[in-house]
Amino acid sequence: MQTEIIIAGFGGQGVMFIGQVLAYAAMDKGKQVTWMPSYGPEMRGGTANCIVVIADEEIGSPLVENPPASIVMNLPSLDKYEPLIKPGGVLIVNASMVDRAAQRDDITTILIPANDIAEEIGDKRLANMVATGALLGCLDIMTVKDLEAALEAHMPGRHKHLLPKNFEALRKGTEFAKQAIKK
Amino acid sequence: MATIVQLENLVYSRPAAFTDTPTHYCPGCTHGTAHRLIAEVLDEMKITDRTIGVAPVGCAVFAYNYMDTDFVEAAHGRAPAMATGIKRLLPDRVVFTYQGDGDLASIGMGEIVHAAARGENITVVFINNAIYGMTGGQMAPTTLPGMKTTSSPSGRDVELQGYPIRMAEMLATLDGAGYVVRRSLHDPKNIRLAKKAIRTAFEVQLHGLGFSMVELLSTCSTGWGVTPVESLGWLEQHMIPAFPLGDYKISPSVAAIKL
Amino acid sequence: MTRELWKGNEAIAEAAVRVGLEGYFGYPITPQNEILEWLSQRMPEVGRAFVQAESELGAINMVYGAACTGARVMTSSSSPGISLMQEGISYIAGTELPVVLIDVMRGGPGLGNIAPSQGDYSQICHGGGHGDYHPIVLAPASIQEAVDLVPLAFDLAEKYLNIAVILIDGSIGQMMEPVELPEMRPVVRKDYPWATNGAIGRKRRVLSSIYLEVSIEEEVNLRLLKRWEEIQKNEIRFKEYYLDDAEIAVIGFGTSGRVALSAVRAARSQGIKVGLFRPISVSPFPARQVAELAGRVKSILVVEMNAGQMLKDVQLAVGDRAPLEFYGRLGGVVPFPNEILGEIQRIAKQPPSLDGNPTQRWLARMTTPKK
Repeated sequence: MQTEIIIAGFGGQGVMFIGQVLAYAAMDKGKQVTWMPSYGPEMRGGTANCIVVIADEEIGSPLVENPPASIVMNLPSLDKYEPLIKPGGVLIVNASMVDRAAQRDDITTILIPANDIAEEIGDKRLANMVATGALLGCLDIMTVKDLEAALEAHMPGRHKHLLPKNFEALRKGTEFAKQAIKK
Repeated sequence: MATIVQLENLVYSRPAAFTDTPTHYCPGCTHGTAHRLIAEVLDEMKITDRTIGVAPVGCAVFAYNYMDTDFVEAAHGRAPAMATGIKRLLPDRVVFTYQGDGDLASIGMGEIVHAAARGENITVVFINNAIYGMTGGQMAPTTLPGMKTTSSPSGRDVELQGYPIRMAEMLATLDGAGYVVRRSLHDPKNIRLAKKAIRTAFEVQLHGLGFSMVELLSTCSTGWGVTPVESLGWLEQHMIPAFPLGDYKISPSVAAIKL
Repeated sequence: MTRELWKGNEAIAEAAVRVGLEGYFGYPITPQNEILEWLSQRMPEVGRAFVQAESELGAINMVYGAACTGARVMTSSSSPGISLMQEGISYIAGTELPVVLIDVMRGGPGLGNIAPSQGDYSQICHGGGHGDYHPIVLAPASIQEAVDLVPLAFDLAEKYLNIAVILIDGSIGQMMEPVELPEMRPVVRKDYPWATNGAIGRKRRVLSSIYLEVSIEEEVNLRLLKRWEEIQKNEIRFKEYYLDDAEIAVIGFGTSGRVALSAVRAARSQGIKVGLFRPISVSPFPARQVAELAGRVKSILVVEMNAGQMLKDVQLAVGDRAPLEFYGRLGGVVPFPNEILGEIQRIAKQPPSLDGNPTQRWLARMTTPKK
């Protein structure tokens, strides 16, 4: 079993953090995992991305051409990664930052207003966790509980007070995705 | 004759910090003088056994043969970097480099400037004879305007080959430098002053007061194409005006140490 | 066992601290900056030497000096910086000192880019610096393997008085994986009979790479070569995957090796009998093992992130025992598993012949416009 997830967005949207939380949760579940960031000048201001590979055995390539899952937090990332998703895959789109509909009909696309939901929770920086929750609602690799445990275990002490809102964001994202799939 | 070896008559002997090895230097070369001054200072300070020298590439490449301390041999210009590595690992040892003008002021400019800027607790003895001796008398970064060398056969043309670099003045501008002076080896009085400066430079290191360098104006009668005696006069007449002797940096904490 | 998620560069740096690194000297260059940054905090914290040098020239020569004291010392850089360090590497080799060097390769030649590459294989394994010397070069494919090779690199460097290089590319430096790090060990400075640490109560020592007497320099060279022979005999490391019944063997090191692993698995799932041979010591190169492998497979595919630098070592080992094909990506491009899978499928369909030149065939495929 191996799953690959590409997470992309503007620098500052917390896309690297999404990948790291997924990686921590996978590690804590005893999985093999790689987290591969884009690095260098492109980190500064442009579009950033990271690729997380989660597997049961030794991981080969840390890079994938056609991932089965992706979170895109802005329009350039949607443009770049939508065509690359493996047929039957999952695409989580931050609808708050995107002004077009998804074009693929052979994948599950969730258009989630992650920024708006985050602001309802009270902190727009939580948009990344809302989107992550949505991914978990569509992808059978880990549960919200797994991610909550990972956040609890690995978030630095000075950020621990942020945990409840992070949990809320994950859950709201998951609920949104599950509702969207039902429709 | 027998009386001369009696201790009360002894006025001159080989310093203990010298090995019993004849030097390879040309007759009249002041490298021997500079080596001896260092050896005398090591003897007086009783630090020979805790001193590690870093030899350069250039005429002094075999400096390690002549002084009875541990020695390493650096790549051309890199002695201050190597000395940095040794001193950082062995802070209670005394580390010095011995470098010529091609080594220190040309290929090793980066290393010397940054060792000084970092305030490395090392001592540098810089031999400035305005020429590349070892490789056969080519133009050095300290070659005087108009001076003939094997690579400036018509004399150094400043329009094409630039100007000599005054290292003591340059390094003195750096905050990490505790003690930077220029002395000369052309006569006994100046040789005594040079020795005093070398002593001070090592004291600066022992006191942990940062980078110390003694620039020594030196002769190269072979490279200059003059007799050894003429070379001393040539140094006084031509080099001292271009490279004035003096104390370029004595940091307040260095000024405060009592010798 | 406690696994923690570590970035490759930081994990390597921390592993070095824990196995007794006493001095680090480096210069910033992407994609290895995290090593320098990590150690800038950690080394002073544990009372050890750290200097950000003025250049790679400064850094390698500081390491050179520090190694003369007998301490465990290290530097790190990336391709253009390694090129600049070659002078010092040759001097260190000529002086017979133990030094560990981490090379986090990036795209080139020239300034190139900061993307992952394997373009330093030749300059690291086969010289770069002047004279006859051979660094020990270890090429891990994962962060755990890199971390495990750190103490080994120091041990080998010290055992053989040789430079030991850990050769990775930007992707291993930058990615994160779960890692178990070594326990913190106390620093033990060995009392080497050659260390120039002050002649207190002993005769003075001189460390140098200068031997003006040519016959003595020749003796030194012969000694280095005899030592290298020992290293070749004792220090071969590699990993094999699915090779038992393989008809096609893929050979790749580091990242290209692990990308090939994904391709090999995909090909296996399609019924192609293919396996992977991943050299870990690329210098000494596992030539005997590759030769033996060549005797039992029908063809070999070499995969690299360069234009076939390791291929030459494979060719020397294989001779005419098996036909070879080559697939390389250049300039900072990391191949996707599908590209390598395509090569495996092509070879499975039409085994290559012993005639011709695999590099030329690859170049022709690379430069022919795709339909």
